[in-house]
Formats: sequence, C-alpha cells, structure tokens
Amino acid sequence: MLHKTQKLKETPSQTAGPYVAIGMAPNAEKFADIKGVYKKDLGITMLGPDTKGERIEIVINVIDGDGVPASDALIEIWQADADGNYVKDADPVAGDFTGFGRQVMNDKGEFLFQTIKPGRVTGPDGLRMAPHVSVWIVARGINIGLQTRLYFEDETEANASDWVLNKIPSPRRRQTLIARKEQGTDMVRYVLDVHLQGDKETVFFDV
Amino acid sequence: MSDVLLPSGEGPLFHRDRDWHPPALTPQYKSTTFRAPRHPLLAMGQTATEFTGPTFGHSKLGELDGDLIRNYSQDGSDAMGQRIIVYGQVLDENARAVPNTLVEVWQANAAGRYRHKREGYLAPLDPNFGGCGRVLTDENGFYSFRTIKPGAYPWPNNGNDWRPAHIHFSIFGDAFAQRLISQMYFEGDPMIWQCPIVGTVPDKSAIDQLIARLDRENTVHYDALAYRFDIVLRGRRSTMFENKLEGN
Repeated sequence: MLHKTQKLKETPSQTAGPYVAIGMAPNAEKFADIKGVYKKDLGITMLGPDTKGERIEIVINVIDGDGVPASDALIEIWQADADGNYVKDADPVAGDFTGFGRQVMNDKGEFLFQTIKPGRVTGPDGLRMAPHVSVWIVARGINIGLQTRLYFEDETEANASDWVLNKIPSPRRRQTLIARKEQGTDMVRYVLDVHLQGDKETVFFDV
Repeated sequence: MSDVLLPSGEGPLFHRDRDWHPPALTPQYKSTTFRAPRHPLLAMGQTATEFTGPTFGHSKLGELDGDLIRNYSQDGSDAMGQRIIVYGQVLDENARAVPNTLVEVWQANAAGRYRHKREGYLAPLDPNFGGCGRVLTDENGFYSFRTIKPGAYPWPNNGNDWRPAHIHFSIFGDAFAQRLISQMYFEGDPMIWQCPIVGTVPDKSAIDQLIARLDRENTVHYDALAYRFDIVLRGRRSTMFENKLEGN
C-alpha cells in the first residue's frame, strides 16, 4: 500500500534575526525592554510550587565560530516531567510544570533555565531513553533553528544505552551533548557549551 | 483497513525537506559564515520528545496582544503608519488546519526602526509602537492581527543592503519538531528580490510562499488594508488503523 505524501510544502524558514527578543522575550531589559504589552514573557517560568522532581538549573552557552558568545540568540527547551511524561495543556497560571522554557542571554552571559531533572521517556525501541532535554536555538546568522539535545553527566549508565546518543558514531562528538555537573549556590546546575563551529562543534539533528 | 491520519498531537512527522529551506551556510548573508555548523545534520528519527510539544491556552493572552496599533500606546493614540490587517490560515503538510496554536510576530515601525537597545538606524522610534504581537489560531486554523506596515531599512551586510518590509513570525504547532520561524513579505515589493536574506531560500516558488497577498475583499472600510499570509507546518505521517476513523 502506498503511503500518503505531503499535499503542501512547509513554509520555508528564515532567520530570527538580531531582534528576536522584541517578539519572543519583549520584557528582557538588556534587549527590547518593551514593558506593558505582555505581563510576563513566555517560557520564563517552567515550575509550579508543587512541581514534583529534583530542582536543577540548566545553563547553556552558545559560542560561534569566532569563539564569541552568541549574545543575540534565543533558546527554547522542551522536556518531560519527573515521571518521564510530556505535559499536555499545562496551565502555568495554575502553577503546573510546563516542560517548556525560553530564555535570552542574562547579565552573566548565560542562558539559564530553572527546571527539574526530567524522568526517562520510552524510546521507539521500547527501552527508556536517558534523561534529556530538547534544545532549539535561533539567532542572527542561523537560517533555520538548530535542534540538539542536552544529556546529564551523572547518568553514565543511562547515557550508554540511549537511543539517540548511540546514533552518534564518534564518542568524542557524543560528548558534545553531555552537560557537566556543577554545584550552584543552592542547587545542582548542569552546564552545556554549544559550539556552532570548530573542533568542538556540537551535534545538531535533522529530526 | 484504511489509511488514515493520526489525530493531532500524536505520531511522527514527515521528514523535513531541507532543500526547500535555506541551507545553514549562505555566504551572501555574512553572519552565517561564523554561525553555520560545518558538519551535516545527524538524522536521528523521532521520539516522543520530538512529536510532542508545548501548547498554550487563552489564559496567557491579553486582550490587545493581537493589536500592534494599540498594544504599546503610551498616550492613547494609535501607532503611526499604514494600517493593515494580516490574517491567514495555519495548515499542516496534509492541508489540515492547525487549531489553537500560538503565532507570535515582531516587526519594525513604519519608518523601518526596531524598538531594541542594539538597533542603531537613524529613523525615529514611534512612542506608541512596540512591535510585538501574538494570537492563537481559531478552530479552523485562522489567525489575524492588526498592525502598521513596517518600513524597509538598511543593514550592515554588504555595502548597500536593505531589508524589504517584513514581519517576523514564530509558530508552534503541537510538536516541538514543527517549531518554525520565518518572515512575511508584501506582494509587489521590488526589494524582496534584492534581499540577501530572502535569497537564502533556494527555490523561487518557496520564496513565493513567504509573500502575503493583498486582499481587497477583506479590507476594513475606511480603516485598514488586508494581507493574507497562510503558513504551512510539518504534517504527521499517515499510519494504518483498522476500522478507525480520523479523530476517533
């Protein structure tokens, strides 16, 4: 039997440009500083007061081919809850965990997400994938959003059998997705350096 | 056995046609030279992580979020410029409407100036224009917002490059792998065909998809012109179900 094929072509991507914060994080003072239109920028808060799971910070650094941090970038993340389920129709106003985060660069030059460590999600082979976070990066000079994943340094065993990590042939390149664990002031933080080019270029996916 | 489509929110998406999108490296748009990854993208297939995604309810949106003429008004006056309605339908590659999905937009003001701290163009800011808006599509996938037509502006790339008038769009769908950012241009604008960023899209018919059509039928009488801009997101692959109707 023949499979259905697409009837329409996807709208082609265009760069988010240098002023992405105007539309997607207008309240951020370093960038657009547009106050009074949206009460709160989308994706700023992922957690509710009763969200189950280990509170963590995720820090992502984006470094371009000149070794310069991409300060105009915007990053979104999408992750499962502590039980390994993706949240549908979360109501952040009611304090639900949303699984969705969006950040521009903060004053320290970091893209910082306050979240929980995700649980394990079942992969296409029926086995549980290692805990991970989906990462999407847009910026000036990026023609189509870059998709990658963040894994956790302290999940050695789970990472070794992960459905996606095992598709990366080079062990050295596999390492580009693994965030290092650091002790923050009051909680653990996981730090991932995303290199857009060069010897340490991050693995980006065609999903 | 019938070949039916999965209900929205479930199942893998069609493979993305990367030749229809701009490649990562397009030297005529200089910023790509130090930001385009040099390794090919790694095909990984899709898991629940990719074919689920965040959805947003009406509780997040304010009354004026879709009215850029008024939503940043400081003194009660409207933003300056040619008043327009931009509307259209969000569809997937199966030509099915995408309901209740978030569409975010941002743009320069009528003079071609962005409200952003790093923007240095000499054209003036409009005190009553912020430049951001967002709306949800209705049950048939339609969205609309009201704004002013943005101006063209020069930018530092090659010596004398100008951006055609455009509005930036961000669209979610219901899968994180559908996530899309693009730009909308205006029918009849000669600047479109001189722009290095438009030119990153290889195929002329793909560029045509980015051009909103002037729609005289939906003009708001003695108020605003209308432009129609339909958007297509990735669709979900069909699958085999036994005696199961779509949506059941």
